[in-house]
Amino acid sequence: MAEHILLRDLDIPDIRRFEVYTRHGGYEALRKVVTTMTPDDVINEVKKSNLRGRGGAGFPTGVKWSFIPRQEPIKYVVVNADESEPGTFKDRQILEGNPHQLIEGALIAAYAIQATAIYIYCRGEFWDLTHALDRHIEDARQAGFVGENILDSGWSCEVHTHLGAGAYICGEESALLNSLQGLLGQPRVRPPFPAQKGGGLYYEATVVNNVETLTNVPWIINNGADAYLQIGTPESPGPKIYCLSGHINRPGNYELPLGITFRELIYEHGGGIPDDRKLKAILPSGASGPVLPATDAVLDTPLTYEAVAKIGSTLGSASIILIDETVNMAWAGSKMTQFFAHESCGKCTPCREGTYWSRRRYDTLLAGRAAEKDIDILSDVAGQMTGLTLCALGEFAVNPVVWTIKHFRQDYLEYIQQAAAEEKPAARGKGKAARDAAAR
Amino acid sequence: MLKEKYADRIAAIFAKYPDKRSAMMPLLYLAQEEYGYVTPEALGEIAALIGVDPTQVRSISGFYTMFREEPKGKYWLQVCTDLPCALRGAEQFYQELLAELDVEDGGTTADGMFTVERVMCLAACDRAPVLQNNFHYHENLDMDKMRALIRQWREEAGQPAPDAAADSADPDDSAAG
Ligand SMILES: Cc1cc2nc3c(=O)[nH]c(=O)nc-3n(C[C@H](O)[C@H](O)[C@H](O)COP(=O)(O)O)c2cc1C
Ligand code: SF4
Ligand code: FES
Repeated sequence: MAEHILLRDLDIPDIRRFEVYTRHGGYEALRKVVTTMTPDDVINEVKKSNLRGRGGAGFPTGVKWSFIPRQEPIKYVVVNADESEPGTFKDRQILEGNPHQLIEGALIAAYAIQATAIYIYCRGEFWDLTHALDRHIEDARQAGFVGENILDSGWSCEVHTHLGAGAYICGEESALLNSLQGLLGQPRVRPPFPAQKGGGLYYEATVVNNVETLTNVPWIINNGADAYLQIGTPESPGPKIYCLSGHINRPGNYELPLGITFRELIYEHGGGIPDDRKLKAILPSGASGPVLPATDAVLDTPLTYEAVAKIGSTLGSASIILIDETVNMAWAGSKMTQFFAHESCGKCTPCREGTYWSRRRYDTLLAGRAAEKDIDILSDVAGQMTGLTLCALGEFAVNPVVWTIKHFRQDYLEYIQQAAAEEKPAARGKGKAARDAAAR
Repeated sequence: MLKEKYADRIAAIFAKYPDKRSAMMPLLYLAQEEYGYVTPEALGEIAALIGVDPTQVRSISGFYTMFREEPKGKYWLQVCTDLPCALRGAEQFYQELLAELDVEDGGTTADGMFTVERVMCLAACDRAPVLQNNFHYHENLDMDKMRALIRQWREEAGQPAPDAAADSADPDDSAAG
């Protein structure tokens, strides 16, 4: 197997330690940019590499950096380490196993926009991890890579961590910034966008990037954008960490090029589905993106931003949840709806009320007290949320409802038919769907 | 008082940010560490340190699941039962854990030792079932591992199991205890 670019802890177990990281070329990319490149050189190289954001939206990173107004005296880089999407656990492995490469990548981003400080916003549950990260930052500071006058360049940049406290919405970048400012962790109205004066951290121009995104950057600087473009596809270049969870023999993180197929990932790398059961559904982007039925056409689709969009879903952060034939997808839809109802920040009515009512409908359905019209009510509620919410969480929340109904309506009917059968005294025992629900 | 007892730590927190208000969450964690939960007095102390109204501190602590506004068990167990974990048996594990500790969903054991709650995804789906005990991860769990952990935590707390009297009839067990 080729050497890893991101999960280098799999090749060099102790690489999380500063001495080991530097012994394997660590912080050479930072030295290179600070001593031989202008900020614009750095932005242009990252632009050329076509590195796309790994936090979910796939926005080109170099382009994002180029939006930052040069003349502003105070600018920030904020690292999004809130990782809370169901099925996502890649940033955690980077933070645990290869933290210096993230710190180095964040410093390069900070140099590119001439930021004065970096804040790494970690989800609160990464409590131990964040305290360890503080020590890693301290090691980098001791060596002169963090703080005043970095490598005698005249450029100074502090690096701090900040712990969240259990709120999925704080992964949304503007809510994250509010949370970091000690305000309620709710999204901001945009524009202004974070990159603009007035929209970022403390209302200064700010780059927000995901952990995995920034961890790519030192490699791009060391090896060049052209080498990076050799990996993956032109529209989706580079390596990606795929998180495999649910019904899969070998759950875990897999660093592989963008553009491999679902089939290769699931059956060759993930070891297939337990007990050779049939794969029923794939959630390519956790709970947030549309579910896909596991057809041959889907399985042969390459994992790129563009190809997954073409088949009606999103690659997101590639948190791939596998669901086998034993599962009723109405139950899965209800689980995801519970998630969004719990995580809605409550700022706008369609999302707050919509997720609440959908959850109640699912409770009725799973309890065997629903009729066929309830499926339409679920669709209607989802329809009333679409396009009317302040942030993307409201859009995400619609997906599990709409797409499980669209692809797996029969599963909903199973609960309903069974409810109808139980009304009749002659009906014997409980139906399969109710038994499944009871077992969960 | 936090202010006197943790003067250095508080100074270090404020030094991280250009705006005092950013100290809100770190100070809530500090208060929780000191008092076991975010007490009404703590809200006042934090408000005074930052220079805001206590109701503003209250709204922040109420927004996040990791700040607790009432006392919890000494061991606060948060079990993930979100979709990926549920596909790997987390719900059954959760029910067995509740039964083992004889506690309701979301409740605290009579001896005040354990609070058991469900939580959403903990970014450990590949190691389900998983829980956090006071924010520390325990992964790839099953009930055998869980019983061993519970025994260990009880010993740590000097609090033998409620049925320890019955157990101690067994010589092996009392030797281990
Ligand atoms: C509800 C919601 C939750 C999000 N959670 C995360 C997250 O946990 N981590 C993350 O990096 N991005 C998350 N994002 C995306 C961020 O808003 C932002 O696009 C991203 O951090 C930008 O970094 P990138 O360009 O490097 O991907 C979330 C977005 C939404 C709407
Ligand atoms: S869409 Fe939902 S999560 Fe987003 S701001 Fe509105 S209520 Fe909050
Ligand atoms: S679903 Fe349980 S840790 Fe992710």
